[in-house]
Amino acid sequence: MDLHLSDAQPTAEERGAVDAVLGEPESGWDGGRRDAARDGHVALGGGAHAAEARRHLLLPALQALQRAAGWISEGGLTYVCARLTVPPAEAWGVATFYGLLATEQRPRRMLHVCDDIACRTRGSRAVVEALEREVGPACHGGCEGVSGHDGSGPGGWLPSPCLGLCDQAPAALLTVAGPRPFERLVGAVTPVDAVALVKGRAVVPERSRPLLPQRGDPSLWLLGRVGVVDPTDLAAYEASGGYRALRRALAKGPEAVLREILASRLVGRGGAAFPALRKWEAVARQIEHPHYVICNADESEPGSFKDRVLLEEDPFNIVEAMTIAGFAVGAERGFVYLRGEYPLAAARMEHAIAAAREARYLGRDVLGAEIAFDIEIRRGSGAYVCGEETAIFNSIEGLRGEPRNKPPFPADAGLWGKPTLVNNVETLASVPLIVLNGGANFASTGTGDSTGTKLFCLSGAVERPGVYEVPFGTTLRAVLDLAGAPPPAAAAKDGRGLVAVLLGGAAGTFVRGDATDFPLTFEGARAAGATLGAGVVMAFDHTADLTDVLLRIAAFFRDESCGQCVPCRVGTVRQEEALHRLAAGKPLGTAAAELALLEEIGTAMKDASICGLGQTASFAVESAIRLGLFGGGKGGRKARGRTAR
Amino acid sequence: MTVAIETGKTVALTVDGAAVTVPEGSTVLDACRAAGRDIPTLCFLETLHPVNVCRVCVVEVEGSRVLVPSCSRAAAPGMKVRTDTPRVRHSRKMVLEFLASSVDLSTAPRVAEWLAEYGCRPERYGPEASAAEADERDRAVAGHHAAPGDGARATVAQPVKVDNDLYVRDYGKCILCYKCVEACGADHQNTFAIAVAGRGFGARISTELAVPLPDSACVYCGNCIAVCPTGALMFKTERDRRDAGTWDESRQHVTQTICPYCGVGCTLELRVQDNEIVRVTSPLDHSISHGNLCIKGRFGWRFVENRAAGRHADD
Ligand SMILES: Cc1cc2nc3c(=O)[nH]c(=O)nc-3n(C[C@H](O)[C@H](O)[C@H](O)COP(=O)(O)O)c2cc1C
Ligand code: SF4
Ligand code: SF4
Ligand code: SF4
Ligand code: FES
Ligand code: FES
Repeated sequence: MDLHLSDAQPTAEERGAVDAVLGEPESGWDGGRRDAARDGHVALGGGAHAAEARRHLLLPALQALQRAAGWISEGGLTYVCARLTVPPAEAWGVATFYGLLATEQRPRRMLHVCDDIACRTRGSRAVVEALEREVGPACHGGCEGVSGHDGSGPGGWLPSPCLGLCDQAPAALLTVAGPRPFERLVGAVTPVDAVALVKGRAVVPERSRPLLPQRGDPSLWLLGRVGVVDPTDLAAYEASGGYRALRRALAKGPEAVLREILASRLVGRGGAAFPALRKWEAVARQIEHPHYVICNADESEPGSFKDRVLLEEDPFNIVEAMTIAGFAVGAERGFVYLRGEYPLAAARMEHAIAAAREARYLGRDVLGAEIAFDIEIRRGSGAYVCGEETAIFNSIEGLRGEPRNKPPFPADAGLWGKPTLVNNVETLASVPLIVLNGGANFASTGTGDSTGTKLFCLSGAVERPGVYEVPFGTTLRAVLDLAGAPPPAAAAKDGRGLVAVLLGGAAGTFVRGDATDFPLTFEGARAAGATLGAGVVMAFDHTADLTDVLLRIAAFFRDESCGQCVPCRVGTVRQEEALHRLAAGKPLGTAAAELALLEEIGTAMKDASICGLGQTASFAVESAIRLGLFGGGKGGRKARGRTAR
Repeated sequence: MTVAIETGKTVALTVDGAAVTVPEGSTVLDACRAAGRDIPTLCFLETLHPVNVCRVCVVEVEGSRVLVPSCSRAAAPGMKVRTDTPRVRHSRKMVLEFLASSVDLSTAPRVAEWLAEYGCRPERYGPEASAAEADERDRAVAGHHAAPGDGARATVAQPVKVDNDLYVRDYGKCILCYKCVEACGADHQNTFAIAVAGRGFGARISTELAVPLPDSACVYCGNCIAVCPTGALMFKTERDRRDAGTWDESRQHVTQTICPYCGVGCTLELRVQDNEIVRVTSPLDHSISHGNLCIKGRFGWRFVENRAAGRHADD
């Protein structure tokens, strides 16, 4: 492959940032000084295989450019392509795929303001309006005319999908590019804060609410250490029972671990509710090597933030769990695919991995047991679809984060075509517990098909938003009560109270506020025509504009579709358009015809899309319409004009 | 690429209830064709790796929760395939309607016939929104779009890109089938001048930074044109005649010849109208070239006339 590269040069800053990721260039062929005698006349430095082997560094290198300069300039892109022998058109295809990578110059200081469903009901609109008024329009493209390109003066802002901080809504992510890049998630952003943040006049503290409503409750399993044990202190982790599970696993052997997982009847918590053992066993039995373990920490489902809390507050537990998983399935390399919008989680995990390596819990010889296992973090860059397990593979491999068609399944052909175990953060978080206390003990909590405890992310119209841990089988109403949700509106004379709950996330379903007395189990939710999905429980009371919420959900799927397959790429657009026509009271033909059209669109998306994004993109819409929650269907919007609280 | 490895072994399955036996390594599509079913395809081509993105070829396979893309799924023993159920027909109709409502399919062979067969009514999604400005779609930002406002339906309509003398790129006709990207990349040409950029409805075929072709790595082999199923990529000679209203297939004939430029000996199919060569193709089943040519075979007749056509013309 002869690379055709433009003459554009990187700035010193850009070159330095890329070199910090890729190392110093070795030859002229990868962007260093040309030396014909040494480099010879092959087009590829080190040959095609070396180039393929380095392709996985493409996204980290692009992220380095973004952090250093606030965008990916032509010179920066060209330099990365030269260093990695990647055709520039392909690098461009990757760079333009991710929402957090800018391919036109933006101010170095950017505030990404969540305008997604939870924040919408908690004042994000006022934040957006204040920014529009006092800073200017959102910086979608090049934002010509916006000062601050050089890092000085005011910055810019962009609306963002859910930032995983719905318990502290309204939320925002501040990113400041430069020699000392800075990223922080901020909660409870007021309009005044937001303007000050964009203008560089304030740094708002990370956390606006108590860490955990249930903090210190002795019955907690997964959240037991949260807010109690210092997440940056390995010794504290060990003192609280940490790494006993790994020692036990190493002593008893991989088969014993698999037997405990079998006995636990652990089911995946990432949304698809797949039995953990089936995957673990499938990977463990594969003759083809190497095997990989991936912790899916891309948590981007609107309304979901439980994985963030686990990663930030109990990172060693995830590291230990991945090590046990690697041991059980015969993998020596693990990856944490971590959402780009979670800087604190990334820092805590980075620290935990380094500390574990130092203490020989990771590395070539884990605890002297002649077992090798190590973990790398890969950050996402703003793409919900990259949480789909096969999209993770492509993203890590340096390709566009497009899901792959299944089969083949990850256990047969995953990362780099090798057998790969992908589990959600929360699924993995249960593993040390299962190994330590026994699978049967784990299974004694919960119900027959839904064992153990489950984390729920409570947000919206509740008094105490946050992550809650309850045994499977607790009713939805009981969980709502824990968080202080109002009683159902239907029961109140004045119509005030809980109108609806979004269960599972944007890819989940609505249930009525007065129909919440069913048990939260995979089978219980199914029987209620709902899904637990990612454990989202978002409450909407009489002040919420549910039509507006549905329009936002439809916009979310349109924005986040990877664009690969027709049913989803166009179906999500047509779905959003039909909802807008209905909401505006201007249906094409009758409203009934529009509802029928929506159903036709939804059916095709479910049946013919490649991945779960398209397959679930109509769930929330359909359930809301079915329950009569969408105002547009029958003459105008419900609750229109009411101000959000 | 579907290369049925000739093991001599076969796979027995049923298609719409009828027993079919195909060689091991065949796809469900092969089996359907063997059973005499005419399954529509858009993103599939025998000489390219299946990307299974258009979803027009979906069928029902017993035991599968969702529909299955027949073009890429391997035929397995005992599979029960249904090609014409209401579910299958619904998804095909919607896929075709989605495409027809957002893309100009006027020069896509066979599509009109399928639209009629499946009863598609693209107009039921509302009036078309106005076309994008020249580089508007090239600058679409992932994760953002303007809210649909006026009841019009979004399309990919945009001005045609004419930046060289050999071929035009009319992405208002692009269904994003990935074929040109595959042909330009690892499947054939290994030039990697174009890739898919952007995301969602903003996804598009693009050079790096959307630079014009003469500034890209393109070597004008035209292999992308040869695989494009919609006429989005088109010989400039053809496009000019179409625009002028002088494209007339009834006055055209195709002559086969062997390319005189080098020793490989690719077969050329010269389509001629009024004594002018208007398009050059090569048969897909050619054992060496698989339908591919280089700039000389593809455009050599222009190449002789106009050496300055593209920046790589003297490569
Ligand atoms: C569009 C999309 C996004 C997803 N995002 C996530 C995610 O952020 N985290 C996650 O664990 N699973 C996510 N999943 C589910 C994964 O594909 C996969 O099922 C899961 O990681 C498996 O882990 P588990 O078996 O432990 O649940 C997503 C799926 C889809 C279709
Ligand atoms: S369903 Fe949507 S997100 Fe999934 S592959 Fe298709 S276009 Fe991409
Ligand atoms: S003409 Fe050849 S090199 Fe140019 S884009 Fe098409 S396939 Fe690629
Ligand atoms: S230009 Fe043609 S070949 Fe390329 S993706 Fe579009 S329709 Fe397919
Ligand atoms: S952080 Fe705003 S909706 Fe989740
Ligand atoms: S032809 Fe099979 S998915 Fe396109």
